Parts: sequence; structure tokens; C-alpha cells
Amino acid sequence: MNTPSNLKYAKSDEWFDPATGKVGISDYAQNQLSDIVFIEIFVEAGETVEAGKAIASVESVKASSEIYSPASGKVAAVNKDLANKPETINTDPFGDAWMIQLEGASAGDVMDAAAYEKHCEERAH
Amino acid sequence: MTYIPISPHERDEMLATVGVKSLDDLFTAIPAKHRFPKLNLPPAWTEMDALEELTNIANANENVHGDLISFLGAGMYHHYIPSVVDHMLRRGEFYTAYTPYQPEISQGTLQAVFEYQSLMAALTGMEVSNASHYDGATATAEAVNLAFAQYRGKRRKVVISPTVHPQYRAVIRTYTQGMDIQLVGDAADAELDSDPSDLLAHVDDNTCLVIVQYPDFFGRVYDYTKFIDDVHAKGALVCVVANPTALAMFKTPASMGADIVVGDGQPLGIPMWFGGPSVGFFTTRKQYVHKMAGRLVGETVDSKGQRSYVLTLTAREQHIKRERATSNICTNQGLIALGTAVYLSLLGKSGLRQVAELCYQKAHYAAKALSKINGYSLAHNEPFFHEFTLVCPKPVAEINAHLLEHGILGGYDLGQDYPSLANHMLVAVTEMNSKEEIDTLVEVLSEVDHG
Repeated sequence: MNTPSNLKYAKSDEWFDPATGKVGISDYAQNQLSDIVFIEIFVEAGETVEAGKAIASVESVKASSEIYSPASGKVAAVNKDLANKPETINTDPFGDAWMIQLEGASAGDVMDAAAYEKHCEERAH
Repeated sequence: MTYIPISPHERDEMLATVGVKSLDDLFTAIPAKHRFPKLNLPPAWTEMDALEELTNIANANENVHGDLISFLGAGMYHHYIPSVVDHMLRRGEFYTAYTPYQPEISQGTLQAVFEYQSLMAALTGMEVSNASHYDGATATAEAVNLAFAQYRGKRRKVVISPTVHPQYRAVIRTYTQGMDIQLVGDAADAELDSDPSDLLAHVDDNTCLVIVQYPDFFGRVYDYTKFIDDVHAKGALVCVVANPTALAMFKTPASMGADIVVGDGQPLGIPMWFGGPSVGFFTTRKQYVHKMAGRLVGETVDSKGQRSYVLTLTAREQHIKRERATSNICTNQGLIALGTAVYLSLLGKSGLRQVAELCYQKAHYAAKALSKINGYSLAHNEPFFHEFTLVCPKPVAEINAHLLEHGILGGYDLGQDYPSLANHMLVAVTEMNSKEEIDTLVEVLSEVDHG
């Protein structure tokens, strides 16, 4: 499991990069969901989102999940390419598979990489 | 490969997990006196006695196969059903098959559903079809769910034509109660003779869906092309409720720009069966497929490269969407859908067209003859398919009682649903009505007039 230490993580498995404002889902989450075949991002550039609010929905071959924003702020950009290549979420969850980018963002209830890894391990049992 | 039930050991493990000792302990919440109440039943009969009694009850029914001539439609129609349809449906492989989640043992059922989907898509002109719903009314209500989800609740108004089947409109209201959706357009005093474009007055930027029927409940056929364009200009989707037989003859809803086309598949080889079971078809454009209720069977290849079929998209269903499912339809009408697929494949494109043309010609012959009877007239001048509104000189219930004495099942009493249409009868004519039958109807109604 890959858990970059420069990112913050929500309990619901989204990551937030305080440096760039980007948001995505963790390596752990993509692995649990298995092959992702569809993503729909609900929010548009210019909208304000609040931490904990649903911003997207992803579907894998076995489940459909809502993605919640790990931070509050104004949406500066939406990764529109992702809809055409949802499998990127499986191959590059922390890179090309960012979903939205926030500006002036403040993180919600998030933890650091070590705490998130522990959180994931506990759930595995 | 067989389905294996649980072993006693596994059952005990499950009971232990939920914290009870025996199966009986699971039911302690139900008072003992209600668990096995004494039933007040007559003594057991022999099979011969039971058969005789049931035969007597069955013989008391009057049906359209020899007992009665029917001119009753209003959403369910008497068409000829080739005998092959029933023979296929009674094959054990199809008759007893359960939900085909396991493609390894369900290829036949899955392929049948795939063929059904392909046929419905071809008939409506749409890009995708799901594996079916319970009936036309539930399919129409699911169209509301699709549109509501498409706009993520940001548009909360649905405009329904008052000439959509009254029962479909009632089912939509049942489905959407508690969803905070505003349903407009079909108020009790809504204008029934106006052009569909009058509905546009209700369409605004809060509207997610507009629903019209084709032919409408009164049998009238409109070209909705311009109307759909105008609705799209306001950003809403359009659902067309269609009669599948009529689609063999008229322009497809897809070519008029419809976003969703639904309807009841009963006219396609399904008996009237006292009003059900039926099958609801649901077709839409590819872009909305993730918002579509129900499930979809897809064609693919297996690990050996052989053609195979799987349940490929079940995005809105419970096992995928869990508590966020927008539809709890996880049971489609697989067997009935198969019946419509067999019917369509037997008739083919030209056969279905022939059925539609026979319906059309006979209905027009009947309309002309009936409207010439003293006191009777046609309510509308618009083009119609195989159903039309006949204005009568007295209450429809009275006329129908008289017709029944002559072995004729009269048309639908429109006054039941539309207060302004007292003494209006909706007459349906299909390929099953011979010229003699139509002439008999005209003759008996002429007597009613004189009597």
C-alpha cells in the first residue's frame, strides 16, 4: 500500500494535498474498489465545497461509492480527463487521478499518513 | 453445477454468530399463539374433487377466446399470440431460472435478455435498453428517477401530459412521494384537446423531465419533434411513453429526439391475463446509462475467446449502490421479456408492421362506421393509431351493460378518470377484431340508440 507522507487523509479514504489543493482517493481505496469503470464528478469550477460533502461517485465492477471532499474551499479545477480514463484511479491514484483542485482550502477531519495507514490496517482485521 | 443449500453445521454457525441457540429462538419476538395458528380449512379433497371444483370456477369466467368480442384496450391489448411463444416460455430452463448473476450457468437466460434488449432498442430507435421492469407504469416512474438523478436534485419539477395513462400517472405519484418533486401539467381541469406544445408553459429551468405518451391515452398520434426541441432548449429531458406495436408503423421516438422511451411490452405476445403480469421496457441514450434503473446484459468473450453474456451494468441496484440505490427493482420480468423477444423474432420487422397496419386499418374502419350512428361521434380529429374516443348519447356504463348482453366487451369508460369526459368511450380495435365483429358492434350500438 502506497501512502505518500506529504498528503493528508480522510477516514473515508480521500487524500488532500495541502500544497496544491488537489483531492483524490487513496491507493488503499482504489485497491478495495477493484477495477474502476466509471467516475462522475458532481462539482464544477467556481463552486464552493465543504469538507464531508459528496463531490463525485465512482463505480467499480463490484460497487459504487461516493467520494467526499476531505477539505473545504473553492473549486479551482476539475479533472475532466478522468471521465474518459477512469482506470487511471487504479494505476495512478495520487498522480493523474486527482479529481478536483481547491483553492484557499482548509482541511476537514483528516489525518497524516502514519495515522491513515494504522486506520487501514485496523479495518483489515 | 448445482446450487448447494447450507449444511446443518453452517446453519448452527450462523445462529451462533447472531447469538441464538436454535432456529426457534430467532422467532421468539412473534407471540407463540400467532406462530402456528389453527387454520379453519375444510377437510382434504381428492385430486379429482379439487380439479372438478377448480374447473367449475374457471368455466365461470368469460374471456376473449370465444366468449366475448373485445373492444377494450386502454393500455392492455388483445393481439394474436403465436403458439411458439407459450412453448418457449414453458421450457424449464427459462421457466424456473432465477436471477442470472452466475453467468457460468445462465448463458441461455442472459442471451435471451440480451436479444430482448437489442430488439427493444431497435424498435424504439434508442441506444440502450435495460433488462425490463414490472410494467409500463413502473418503467415510466423510473424515468423520473433517472431525470432526477441526472440533475442531482437541482431540478425538482416533472411535467406530465394529462393524456399520459391515468394509472401510470398514479404510479409516478406513488414512487415520488417524499422525494420533494413537483408534478405538474395533469391537473384535473387540464385541457385535453390542446396541442402538446401547451405543456411548454409548465417547463422552466427547474424542470428535469417532461413525460408525453405516443400514441397518447386517447390513441392520438403527434409528432413531438418540435416539442422535444423546445423542451431541450429549456434544459429538461423528455420521456416518451410508447405503444410498441405503433412503433412498427410510425416515426420512432428516438428520431423525434426523445431522451427516454418507455412503455408496456404486453402488446408484444403477452396475454391480457386479468391485467398482469406484464413487462415494462425502458430504453434511453448511452449517456444516461449510469442513471438507469434495473440491469443490463452485455455481450463479451470468456477466457477462451468464446462469445458469452454477463450482467454488465447494474449501477443503480442495491447490491452495487447499497443504501444509495435509487431503485429497488432488482427483479426484472425476465420470463415475460423473453416472451416479447420470441414474439418479435417470430413476426420480424415486416410481420410487426403488418400487425400495426391491420390494427390501424380496422380501427379506422370502426371509427368511421361508429361515428355515423345517430347520437355517436368522434371526439377528436387528430390522426390516431388503433384506439379512439367515441362520444356516446348516454353513460358508457349503461351502453357497456347492453353490449355485454350481446357478448361484446365495450370500450373503456373515460369518465372514470376524466370528469369532463362523461359519456366518452375509448374504443380499441386490433387485428383480432374481424370486420363482422366491428359490424356487430355498430349494429348493437345502433339498437341502443333506437332503444
